Amino acid sequence: MSNPFDFLEPLVELESKIVELERLSETTGLSMSGEVQSLREKLSAETRRMFSSLTPWQRVQLSRHPLRPQSSDYIDQIIEDFVPLSGDRAFGDDEAIICGLGTIGGHQCMLIGQQKGKDVHERRRCNFGMPHPEGYRKAMSKMRLAEKFGLGVLCLINTPGAFPGVDAEERGQSIAIAENIRDMALLRTPVIIVVIGEGGSGGALGIGVGDRMLMLENSYFSVISPEGCAAILWKDGNKKDLAAQRLGLTGQELKRHGIVDEIIEEPAGGAHRQPVQMAHLLRDAVVRNLVELKALDIEELLERRYRKHRSIGMVIDQSVAQA
Amino acid sequence: MDTCPECNHHFPMAARNRVASIIDEGTWLEFDADITSADPLSFVDSKPYLERIIQSQAKSGLKDAVICGTGSLEGIAIGLGAMDFSFNGGSMGSVVGEKLTRMIERSTAAKVPALIISSSGGARMQEGALSLMQMAKTSAALARHAAAKLPYISVLTNPTMAGVMASFASLGDVIIAEPKALIGFTGPRVIKETIKQELPEGFQTSEFLIAHGQLDLIVTRQDLKAELARILGYLVR
Repeated sequence: MSNPFDFLEPLVELESKIVELERLSETTGLSMSGEVQSLREKLSAETRRMFSSLTPWQRVQLSRHPLRPQSSDYIDQIIEDFVPLSGDRAFGDDEAIICGLGTIGGHQCMLIGQQKGKDVHERRRCNFGMPHPEGYRKAMSKMRLAEKFGLGVLCLINTPGAFPGVDAEERGQSIAIAENIRDMALLRTPVIIVVIGEGGSGGALGIGVGDRMLMLENSYFSVISPEGCAAILWKDGNKKDLAAQRLGLTGQELKRHGIVDEIIEEPAGGAHRQPVQMAHLLRDAVVRNLVELKALDIEELLERRYRKHRSIGMVIDQSVAQA
Repeated sequence: MDTCPECNHHFPMAARNRVASIIDEGTWLEFDADITSADPLSFVDSKPYLERIIQSQAKSGLKDAVICGTGSLEGIAIGLGAMDFSFNGGSMGSVVGEKLTRMIERSTAAKVPALIISSSGGARMQEGALSLMQMAKTSAALARHAAAKLPYISVLTNPTMAGVMASFASLGDVIIAEPKALIGFTGPRVIKETIKQELPEGFQTSEFLIAHGQLDLIVTRQDLKAELARILGYLVR
């Protein structure tokens, strides 16, 4: 089986050459700064070239990169004074969604972040970022808390989808997601959504209705995974790159359709190569949007949120065409 | 009624027959009958999306997978959306989302109850995230309808799945299902592949859902109109 990150291989090779030369230079005492410098320039040019022409499927792969920063990384980097809050007060605590009070750029808020897990143990605890109903219910109860005390809400989306299992169905996966979507539409406090990695369908939308939707450059938001779409429509799971292209799941296309408001550029080579810089870029974008939203009267905020979602979609209306 | 005279099995029911089975004769006024699908992504799989739409239109006699309008139900004015599975699996794209949203908004403005009879495999893939966002659009309209203290009743029929079940179909003040309908978030085949185990007996049927506290009532098609009238009698002010 081919490595999904094969397309990054030329960059990895250049990097290891640079490391090799630097080590050689250290052990031998010979100066190789000229060679190193030229390789660095080559790496930087090659990175820019490759990342300026990524296919949608390559972006999907980058969104799933094992080293890609997750909600917990952003909490560590840019959220001060974080107070984790667990549990849905009814069934259990779903670690696929982290909730808690935190301060971002001086603004107190409620953070809701989907979490895939960093190592094998955490990944299992987080169910690989696939929430159960209790995760969605926990998120909503913490958002209600934010509403009650006038805190803004920041939701970080990163899920392949809501968990497709028997227990999730038994506990009402559909109902949990539906109620979140409905209740977030009228939540009386600013809500900012950021897609930081995978935005898998209803499982993403379950914490994804807000005043602004931002998206990292190499993340995706889609009605179905490219693999699922390929299997159903082409009856061929290998057509996933074609499906990714057709589904219009990148930030640029979503912005064109009024779904995404802003794309946050990633550092050269993708978020996983410069996680600290990435976190600061994300913080700046969130804070800028939060300041704008906080300045609005709450009724105006809710009206704009409604109108945003109301206007999404494209139909041919004969009665309007004739009128 | 499209039911088996022997065992009362509920066969798929066309949206127009739905309307006729619920709405008092001569009171139906259809909304937005001429809204049809655009092709926002210029989507082509084994055939172009718009070709699929034209085929579905020919097959079902409908413009898209839902018809919406207003009429009386035993004398009570309501807004109604009835989905039709024979149109592209009842899938929700922009047309379904827009028509339902307009019906809900009109019901809110007219201060009448809204009723949606669902039958759908979920969101329509060929419109990508635009389909996904119809979940938010319809649910936001229902949130406003609810804030105005107006009733919304959801009726689930075979099948009601995925993006439809995870939005408006799950948001009824009262949620009713027809007997033995398949209802859920993820389809049974995908779940079976994921967990690599046999699924429990009767999994994702109406009877399974009511046993797990997710429905208010299971009502046969023959009794549905009378039951809706009884419930609305309590909720309409």
